[in-house]
Amino acid sequence: MASPSSTRTARARPLSPHLSVWKPGPAMIVSILHRITGDGMATVGTVVLVWWLAAISGGAASYATFEHVFMEFWGGAIGYLFGIGLTLSFFQHLATGVRHFVLDVGANYDLKGNRAGSIATMLFSVLATAAFWAYLTMVK
Amino acid sequence: MGNGTELGRVRGLGSAKEGTHHWWSQRVTAASNLFLMVWFFIAIARLPAYDYETVRAWLSSPWAAVPLLLLIVSVFYHFRLGLQVLIEDYQKGTSRVVLLLALNFFTVGTAAIALFAILKVAFTVTGAAHG
Repeated sequence: MASPSSTRTARARPLSPHLSVWKPGPAMIVSILHRITGDGMATVGTVVLVWWLAAISGGAASYATFEHVFMEFWGGAIGYLFGIGLTLSFFQHLATGVRHFVLDVGANYDLKGNRAGSIATMLFSVLATAAFWAYLTMVK
Repeated sequence: MGNGTELGRVRGLGSAKEGTHHWWSQRVTAASNLFLMVWFFIAIARLPAYDYETVRAWLSSPWAAVPLLLLIVSVFYHFRLGLQVLIEDYQKGTSRVVLLLALNFFTVGTAAIALFAILKVAFTVTGAAHG
C-alpha cells in the first residue's frame, strides 16, 4: 500500500476526539459517575466492608476499634463521610447499572429518553441516599 | 467482525480467545449484586443497633451469613472485572501488568478475609446459645 506515510518520517497520528470537543451532558456525566462510584466502592468500600467483617469476627476488642474510628472519633464524622459517600455511590452505581441493562438490550437510545434516563439516575441516587440516612438517623 | 477463518467465526472468541466472557460475567454478577446488595442495605437498616453484641448475633444467623457469603463472591468477582477495565484503559506496559497482578492479589486476599470472618462468626458456638 502506497501512502504518504511511507516516507518513514514519524508523523503525528490522528487522535480520537477527546474530552475537550464534547459538550458535557447528562449521559456523559452519569457514564463518568458509573466508573468513579464503581471503582470507589471496589477500593474504599472493600476495605471498609472487610474491616467491619474482620472486626466482628475478631471479638469485642477489635470491634471497639472499628467503632471508635467510624462512630466515635470526631463525633462519628468519619463514619458519616464514608457511610454517606458509599451509600450515594451504591445507589448511583445501581441506577446507572440498570441504565446499562436497558442500553444493552438496545433500548432508550433516542436523545430525549436517554437524557431523561440519565438525569433520573442522579435524582434517584440522591433521594435514595437521603431517605436511607434519614431512616438510620431519625426514624430509629 | 466478519474477519478471520470460518472456524474462528463459528467460535466467536476473537483474538483474545475470550469472546464476550468478560462482558457477560460482568452482567451476570451485576444482576446478582442487584439482589444481594439491596438485601444487604435493607438488613443493615433493619438492625436495631450497631453495637458488637447485636451485629455479631445478626451475622451468626444463617439468614445473614449465607446471603453475605454469596454477596462477597458476587460483588468481589464484579469489582475484579471492573477494576481490570479501569487498569486496561489507563495503564500500559509494565505498570499495567504489575497492577493487574496486584488486582488479583487484592481481590483474592480481601475475599479470603471476608469469607473467613463470616464463617468464623457463623460457626462459633456462643455461650448464650447453649447456656
